[in-house]
Amino acid sequence: MIDISSITSQPKIIPTTNRLTARNRWDHFLARVGVKRSEHRVEPSLYALGNPTPDSPVFVSANYTLSFDALRSSLEGVDGYILVLDTKGINVWCAAGKGTFGTNEIVLRVMVTRLGEVVQHRKLILPQLGAPGVAAHEVKKRTGFWVEYGPVRAADLPEYLKTHKATPEMRRVEFPLRDRLVLIPVDIVQTFLPTLLAAVVFYFLGGWISSLAAVSAVFAGIVMFPILLPWLPTHNFSTKGFMLGGLVALPFAVSAFLRHPDWAWYWQGGQALEFLLAMPAVTAFLALNFTGSTTFTSRSGVKREMFAFIPAMAWTFGIGILLAVGLVFVR
Amino acid sequence: MLNAYEVNTLVYDPELCNGCAMCVAVCPHAVFEMDGRLARLTNAQACMECGACQLNCVTGAIAVESGVGCASAMIRAALTGKKEATCDCG
Repeated sequence: MIDISSITSQPKIIPTTNRLTARNRWDHFLARVGVKRSEHRVEPSLYALGNPTPDSPVFVSANYTLSFDALRSSLEGVDGYILVLDTKGINVWCAAGKGTFGTNEIVLRVMVTRLGEVVQHRKLILPQLGAPGVAAHEVKKRTGFWVEYGPVRAADLPEYLKTHKATPEMRRVEFPLRDRLVLIPVDIVQTFLPTLLAAVVFYFLGGWISSLAAVSAVFAGIVMFPILLPWLPTHNFSTKGFMLGGLVALPFAVSAFLRHPDWAWYWQGGQALEFLLAMPAVTAFLALNFTGSTTFTSRSGVKREMFAFIPAMAWTFGIGILLAVGLVFVR
Repeated sequence: MLNAYEVNTLVYDPELCNGCAMCVAVCPHAVFEMDGRLARLTNAQACMECGACQLNCVTGAIAVESGVGCASAMIRAALTGKKEATCDCG
């Protein structure tokens, strides 16, 4: 006998709440420090938030815990459905860029959850940042559901739901200090081992000052840079990074003169130059890599930056390191 | 060259606009504004080439070479010999 009940019955609807538990918060913490980065997932499915009726709104989200939890925790006192797409555990914006938060996945998920039988209306509320992957008119054509783009931030949803009109502020993506700060731990975790290795190598090359210089250049790139981003002059991340790295290298350059008063001036200058050449290159490179974490750098712009400045980074870094090695052997 | 972001690949043909205002809704940088029944490109420099407006424009009035504006993704793509950069962040 073939059991056809599994085919004809309504697929399961998973109940959820707007409360975040200690376990949720622990999971968010792990996600922020980069532990098991691809495993912060919720099951793609239809979720019932509170006690929804066939007239309740349907919100669409990604199956990344930080995305899903931001949405449900913002909807306090709201009864509704949440349609979680399979974005492979990636947030809305990045998944939209890849196309996994996209038209096809929405069409598929509407079909397998039989959303049309669960609700009477024909409207999906999407996060605005999902739009790079979704063609609203395509979704309408293929599912009968209208796509309504809600605000950028889930936190603005309660205000948005009063009128279903987003203010210009709700439509605009910002990159405030808080949003920049939360990105730092992952980068620290990811650069920790290579930096430690570099610190050890430089210790043997030039003592603890050289070790400290290596760590400082990385620290400037992954901690100071995100914090100071809006206040560093010029638009390019590379030039911002070169300047910040130069500033951080200055005390090291000065130390070359102070620590070796007995050296000839060209030996002192040579060592100062090592720091001034190698350190800014490292900071600038890390700064350039931060473009992927921001919400405003265009692909063509990043490309132009890379072609213009990566050679300069490679040259200054290379010459700085050669000087360091050379001085050890020549002096 | 201190600003690599001054120009971008966004192109808009107002003649094709049907006034649906979808581009205004999806753009996270307020690049478009409604001017009566037509969308106007008022802040082109702020475009980050995400492609949302092009994808949601029914009449095809907008074109932009969209993609990941991420240096590490592009470097990875260059090193592994891939043509298109994809981001692998969470």
